[in-house]
Amino acid sequence: MQVNGYTPKIVAFCCNWCSYAGADGAGSARLSYPENVKIIRVPCSCRVNPMFILRAFQRGADGVIIAGCHPGDCHYTSGNYFTRRRMALLFSMLDYLGIERERTRVEWISAAEGAKFSKTMNEFCDTVAALGENKRLEDLRCKQ
Amino acid sequence: MQRIGVFICHCGTNIAGTVDVKAVAEALSHEQGVVFSTDYQYMCSESGQQLMREAIREHKLTGIVVGSCSPRMHEATFRKAAAAEGLNSYMVEIANLREHVSWIHKDMKEATEKAIILGRAAIAKVHLNAPLQAGESPVTKRALVIGGGIAGIQTALDIAEAGFEVDIVEKSPTIGGKMAQLDKTFPTLDCAACILTPKMVDAAQNEKITIYAYSEIEAVKGYVGNFKAQIRRKARYVDETKCTGCGLCTEKCPQKKVPNEFNMGMDTRRAIYIPFAQAVPKVATIDATYCTMLKTGKCGVCSKICGTGAIDYTQKDEIIEREYGAIVAATGFNPIDAKVYGEYGYGTCPDVVTSLELERLMNAAGPTNGTLLRPSDKAHPHKIVFVQCVGSRCTETDERGKPYCSKICCMYTAKHAMLIREKYPDTEVYVFYIDVRTPGKNFDEFYRRAVEQYGVHYIKGMVGKVTQNGTQLRVQASDLLAGEQLHIDADLVVLATAIEPDKTARSIGTMLTASMDTNDFFTEAHPKLRPVESPTAGIFLSGVCQGPKDIPETVSQASACAAKVIGVLAKDKLTCNPCVASSDEMLCNGCSSCEKVCPYGAITYSDKEFRGPNRTTLIRRVASVNPAVCQGCGACTVACPSGAMDLKGFTNKQIMAEVDAICK
Amino acid sequence: MSHSNNKTEQVLRSSGVDVRKCMRCGKCTATCPAFDEMEYHPHQFVYMVEKGEIDKLAASKSIYKCLSCFACVDRCPRGVEPAKLVEAVRLTVIRQQGQNHFKADDIPAMLDEDMPQQLFVTALRKYSK
Repeated sequence: MQVNGYTPKIVAFCCNWCSYAGADGAGSARLSYPENVKIIRVPCSCRVNPMFILRAFQRGADGVIIAGCHPGDCHYTSGNYFTRRRMALLFSMLDYLGIERERTRVEWISAAEGAKFSKTMNEFCDTVAALGENKRLEDLRCKQ
Repeated sequence: MQRIGVFICHCGTNIAGTVDVKAVAEALSHEQGVVFSTDYQYMCSESGQQLMREAIREHKLTGIVVGSCSPRMHEATFRKAAAAEGLNSYMVEIANLREHVSWIHKDMKEATEKAIILGRAAIAKVHLNAPLQAGESPVTKRALVIGGGIAGIQTALDIAEAGFEVDIVEKSPTIGGKMAQLDKTFPTLDCAACILTPKMVDAAQNEKITIYAYSEIEAVKGYVGNFKAQIRRKARYVDETKCTGCGLCTEKCPQKKVPNEFNMGMDTRRAIYIPFAQAVPKVATIDATYCTMLKTGKCGVCSKICGTGAIDYTQKDEIIEREYGAIVAATGFNPIDAKVYGEYGYGTCPDVVTSLELERLMNAAGPTNGTLLRPSDKAHPHKIVFVQCVGSRCTETDERGKPYCSKICCMYTAKHAMLIREKYPDTEVYVFYIDVRTPGKNFDEFYRRAVEQYGVHYIKGMVGKVTQNGTQLRVQASDLLAGEQLHIDADLVVLATAIEPDKTARSIGTMLTASMDTNDFFTEAHPKLRPVESPTAGIFLSGVCQGPKDIPETVSQASACAAKVIGVLAKDKLTCNPCVASSDEMLCNGCSSCEKVCPYGAITYSDKEFRGPNRTTLIRRVASVNPAVCQGCGACTVACPSGAMDLKGFTNKQIMAEVDAICK
Repeated sequence: MSHSNNKTEQVLRSSGVDVRKCMRCGKCTATCPAFDEMEYHPHQFVYMVEKGEIDKLAASKSIYKCLSCFACVDRCPRGVEPAKLVEAVRLTVIRQQGQNHFKADDIPAMLDEDMPQQLFVTALRKYSK
């Protein structure tokens, strides 16, 4: 997907047990979402270090989404609760730094919710595309 | 520097139809470290794997990237193929080109671009992959079963049958649990004692089974295969090895006014007692709260009368420590306290009883010797009202009740109604129900029999209040189908109270680090596919502690649970998941952040000596992860403020490399 | 089944009751002390509001027979609160414009020296529109 001559870059961290399987489900059901979304597999959403998100923005990502199991369904019992709290803190800090709230998101997508995965990614891409390119944290030294 | 081989799968046309696989293989061949790059029709096929193995040999590959279907599908296949060629299986990474690319995108150019980026991310990750060895841990070939009800007994018998040692720890003086208190069992109406007591005897006589009755779990440490449990053997004040269970002391004890919990407090027992005739172990126990000798030092009747000298007033609680390979929670249930329902008059009107109390009133070994007499005046009740769903199916926020259906009440109420009509045909029986839920083999037939053959009046509606009206009980209820409010003068009201997990379940769950739901039922590892395992490795669930169940279901779950336990105990060594957290001792500052977030208790702290400057030694508190317990969620890696904690297979650097590759 | 008409919405909003929580156990009706006086009983209120039959309820004398004792609210295992629905239906009737349920001319006949004046003022305010 290209908007006004730029292609939004979106990084999605998906937990292995629910959301990654949900993404597989979206694939099996041929439910399309923009190719701008690139998925990184992590064992649990709580593996997502806030550093990874900062790094993504530094390297020119326009949006970051973290997807995990529904609260109470975490494969590791309590991982997604940590995610929820950590990300609430991080997102308010990012907001303070001038990175719009809409560029970051936490979603609960179960292994059975392929349709939700595709819908979420479509929506998120549209939101991020509407915000335009993210230059706020971009580290120009990384640009070749 | 890694020597990486890239293999792009066509998956027939599944991938090749939308992704230009040749272009992907070509583009990725220029990446740093890639020494071999190719595409093939079906990488997962025998010849595809052969191709990979040859390439590993020929090009001395140290890392593999396969662009194929989801790793959830064939990661294991490719890892095995690499391992067969002597390459560590954790040097293989998958780029998901099917579910995440070809199946969702239609434009070939865009899909190919995305495939190349995902390939690059996988290559970037492989560069930082390190060979991982799955660790092994030994297995103690003994199981612990917590709870000696029908669930615990069945699990223990099945494990013992397979030749492993089992210990049953039961907090009350005898095993048998709730089933021992029941009169008849649905849907066949055979007597509970007749089918339960042989099993209790089997358990007692089985060489492989040790029963620790009147004992409680004090602490549990360790992990799957290597648990250590402390068991508190509460003082019985009777030497178990000497007591023959003759029961003479229980007849002569002068303290007669102790409420008998086995009969739900509806009669009394002595201070020294054997709960019931078929108790296992059949040993007397002194109730210290009532024993005159223990309280005042003046009595000693039991000691004088005992022929074997088994009485020992100086006995103390004893703590023993045993090692186990697996632990089964079979902690069971209790009915809720019906006193919270003031409108039903329980606790204020003596003739309002719970179903478990009725069970004792109808039991030949109960307080009335099996004749149904109401508690207040010991008269035969002629009109009996049953109230279903007392405390079940309430809202989540309800303070008095439980949100779940207790599952067994519909059937036992039908059983009670039927038995009463059979034994006392002059008795009128009313059952007030919201829904009659009788799924199960021969269950609905059973309920229909109560209605059609025995003439039990089933009324759709609920009882609003019960008040004492002279010697009778005035029951005000609704009949929803007739649109009437009924006023029935009943002789006995029976409340089908909800069941809840035993009060000790929560503390045992905490000791076992086994997760529980908001109702204190143990959570299963997967609600459908792993229903008898806890998410914590080595902890298994048997019976009602996992959710409401009737006896047939409890027994099948107990046996399923035993099969899972045998699966663990039959192994000499357990292979661990190598993708676990590990802490860099040089960076760790001993803050305990990681320990607090670990859901498995896998992280421990110890003081270690380090070399300081100028030949000094420093002692620092550092974290270490037990790889056998860690499940690799990574919560600790993020909690660690100093960056000492990292997750093998998903290290910070690897994930950053992926992020970089994707954002480039 | 539920006609989401304006009146139903108004009743649901002003009562704050979620009628879908009802599991049709009838404990409200079993507990109701005014049962014999009522045409429609508490559980029927819940069901009829769900079906959107507000007019039938509003026309019934039942809404004035409810004692507002809240026994049904207290004992409902699902927290449905039927008495609040009765009150809400009553309010739809009272709040109808131009109904003049209570006229100043009616007052002399009702005078009673034990009755506080304030009551008439309140009643006029409430019922004369």
